[in-house]
Amino acid sequence: MRNKIIYILLIIFFIFVFVIFYRGLNNSNLYTPNTEKKIIPEFRTETFDKKKILNSKDIFNQNKFYLLNIWASWCVPCKDEHTLLMDLSKSGKIEIIGLNYKDNLNNAKKFINDLGNPYSLILLDRDGTKAIEWGAFGIPETFLIYENKIITRYIGPLSSKLIDEIKNYIE
Amino acid sequence: MKFINFFFAILIIFTFNLSKADEIKIQNKITKNLRCLICQGQSVYDSDSEFAISLKLVIKNKINDGFTEDQIYKYLTNKYGEWILYDPQFNKSTYLLWFLPILVFLFGGVIILKKLINIKK
Amino acid sequence: MIYSSIGYYSLIFGLIVSFPIFFYSIRNFRNEEVLDYKIITLSFTQLFLVVLSFLGLVLSFIYSDFSNETVFNNSHTTKPLFYKISGTWGNHEGSLLLWLLVLTFFIFLFLIKSKNLLKKYRILTVLFQQIIIIGFFVFLIKSSNPFNYIFPIPNEGLGLNPILQDPALAIHPPILYLGYVGSSIIFSSALAATTLNYISKTWAIHIKSWVLYSWIFLTLGILLGSIWAYYELGWGGFWFWDPVENVSLMPWLALTTLLHCILVLEKRSNLGSWAIILSIATFTLSMCGTFLVRSGILNSVHTFANDPERGLFILTFLFVLIFISLLIFFIFNKSDNQNSGSFFLLSKETSILINNWFMMYFLSVVLIGTLYPIFLDVVTSHKISIGPPFYHKLIIPFLIPFLIFMAIGSQLKWIKSGLEGKLYNVVFFLISLLISFYIIKNLDNNFLINTILIGSAFYLFLITIRDFFFKKFKSIAQNIAHFGFSLLILSILFNNFFSSELITNLKVGESFKNDRFEIIFNDLKKVQEKNYVSFEGNFSIKEKKNQDQFKPELRVYNQPNIITSEADIKTTFYTDKFITMNTVQNEEYFNIRYQIKPFMVWIWISVLLITSGGLISLFKKKYAK
Repeated sequence: MRNKIIYILLIIFFIFVFVIFYRGLNNSNLYTPNTEKKIIPEFRTETFDKKKILNSKDIFNQNKFYLLNIWASWCVPCKDEHTLLMDLSKSGKIEIIGLNYKDNLNNAKKFINDLGNPYSLILLDRDGTKAIEWGAFGIPETFLIYENKIITRYIGPLSSKLIDEIKNYIE
Repeated sequence: MKFINFFFAILIIFTFNLSKADEIKIQNKITKNLRCLICQGQSVYDSDSEFAISLKLVIKNKINDGFTEDQIYKYLTNKYGEWILYDPQFNKSTYLLWFLPILVFLFGGVIILKKLINIKK
Repeated sequence: MIYSSIGYYSLIFGLIVSFPIFFYSIRNFRNEEVLDYKIITLSFTQLFLVVLSFLGLVLSFIYSDFSNETVFNNSHTTKPLFYKISGTWGNHEGSLLLWLLVLTFFIFLFLIKSKNLLKKYRILTVLFQQIIIIGFFVFLIKSSNPFNYIFPIPNEGLGLNPILQDPALAIHPPILYLGYVGSSIIFSSALAATTLNYISKTWAIHIKSWVLYSWIFLTLGILLGSIWAYYELGWGGFWFWDPVENVSLMPWLALTTLLHCILVLEKRSNLGSWAIILSIATFTLSMCGTFLVRSGILNSVHTFANDPERGLFILTFLFVLIFISLLIFFIFNKSDNQNSGSFFLLSKETSILINNWFMMYFLSVVLIGTLYPIFLDVVTSHKISIGPPFYHKLIIPFLIPFLIFMAIGSQLKWIKSGLEGKLYNVVFFLISLLISFYIIKNLDNNFLINTILIGSAFYLFLITIRDFFFKKFKSIAQNIAHFGFSLLILSILFNNFFSSELITNLKVGESFKNDRFEIIFNDLKKVQEKNYVSFEGNFSIKEKKNQDQFKPELRVYNQPNIITSEADIKTTFYTDKFITMNTVQNEEYFNIRYQIKPFMVWIWISVLLITSGGLISLFKKKYAK
């Protein structure tokens, strides 16, 4: 009798395990941390043309949508998404701020000269620590900001689908 | 007088070196405990990716600013979630994780005891 | 193209042969005659067909037949021949074909080598093994066909990952699979023996060879994987508690525990139920490992292609096997007086029992650590990581009693032992504690537990050496294996405590100096090789009076576009010197990492010693016959 109880308990246990594994199979493996409605980090940084040092409070203080785009001249997918950013900047409804990540200044300048400048302001992150303040993984990565809060973030290069999504937000 | 200055200088350098060595130890301990998020299965300590290099710098700065090990972990889990830590924290999601092996051990112990003590019915 | 066709149809026919095997086996089971020779010939036919299929795939790889989808995905015309061949099993479909090959080969071998055993037992083993074989055939043909045809035929293949082109990595899967899949026979025969109430001393003696073969190959397979990780991956580590590494360690722990249960079953006709459970567990864990690695459910550097459909198949198959095993165990296992006799406290079987308990605990730690993130993610959508700190915290304290019992156990006799004449044990233990105290008195962290840990390892070390001189060849297999284990723990601990590392950034021509080392970056040589550009750095490293030349290398491949860092490692019996060179984005300097890793080579040697303990046990059996 005792044997039967153990047996049934084991069967139930294994069925439970089976269900968990089954559900686990369909879960995605990619990890995206939860950054909903987090307040943007505070930081100080140089600007691209090396003219001033800004405090983050001064950058995102207006009542409009901002897009923080982390990029570098050595990053191949950044080139791909650059044209999309150029289009978006022309729409005028959103201000795009660039964060130049671990880049050589001359190469970055050349990148902007060659491909255009969608950024109203470019900030420098020479050692990558500012990007980590934002909780970024790498580049390219883009944050949609409103009222000093992060609405959503995009890891990886932007696509037209994601640009449409951004456009929906700013309507 | 000069000798005393010299002595103090040596003392300062000595303590500085000692605390520097400690700093490096703590830094290594922390970075070994962090997952490099863009690598496949490497710690931040082992990794040479951009993310890892920047993160090592962030940690060094935070140690210099006086953050303790736990504060640094808290800061990072705030930004990146618990997934970045290799040593699972002891909170309500992980009670079962830490207790289950112990339970297994005790359960095994009970079985062993029954084997060693002949229980006569 | 023809090789792929032969391969495919051999697979189909191989599956078809299962039906007559079933038919004749069941018929033979019921009648009173001796084992029908047809069963043996049919098993051989099935093996032959699978060999043919496997050769079909190998030849497709050798001749770069890109009309075969698997070859297209995993090979390239410029790959050296050796790696074209090893590419056969370096992918999901091919590795499953390797599984089938070992499954069919081992059952055939089993049939030939079990001529003196009970007919019904042999037939039942064949039947259970056939269930597994059919499962793999169906899985292969339906969802992981290595012979898919693609059109138009591409000119060139995709598979040229340079990290995978390494000799240790090439033979790592076959050796590992001989271990994993070898446990299938143990599984099938344990189920067969349970059904027939055949679990006994006779069965134990018979199955022991299989357990040993499987165990030896599994140990070597794991060793090869660690050696490859150390020499190739460039971070100087050899075990990372990565899920896929854990998945190979779990069957190993179950198999080692099973080996010790078989010893008790053989000598004392006890622990039979445990032997059955462990036989089931070992193979189940192997299958579970296959599932975890191939289904995409785990995040790891080793995972094959992620395909939930395949995952579902393996999952279902795995649980069918578990269900059948549980059913058989609960219906047929007779826990009679024979199995529930008690042990005398001071006896060899008790210490084996206690250490089995510890090994099952270690197994549960690894199992829980590997599976918990999956469970948590499904139930609470919360993702956590479980890495080395978890495993170290839970395993290291328990290693201390484990090592001590290993030493004590070898001093005790079977059935009953006394305390007389055992005082030297205490003496040896105290000496060990003293030695370890002296060695690590300068390290300050976790001083107490480290002293006792090293002391226990030394204690086992000294006891096994003493046993060698006093008992000579009587239990030499056990002696060497346990001695190897003590050496393994000691090497790992010393390596851990006394490693040192230096990280610095240098440009060509610069040098770095501290009070221990001086590193000079002499020059950088650029050489165009066949499929990569090599940047070889020339370093001189001075330590006290010695100077070494190191040549770490950076390789820039163009197909695919990756950069690998090849470490330069100088190995001596005393220590390893390990240097790697890496580029830093956008800078002209290189990041140099120099590590001193003492006793590294002893880690490999000790695992080889453990394996040779198993080999000696096998030879003793053969010799005794």
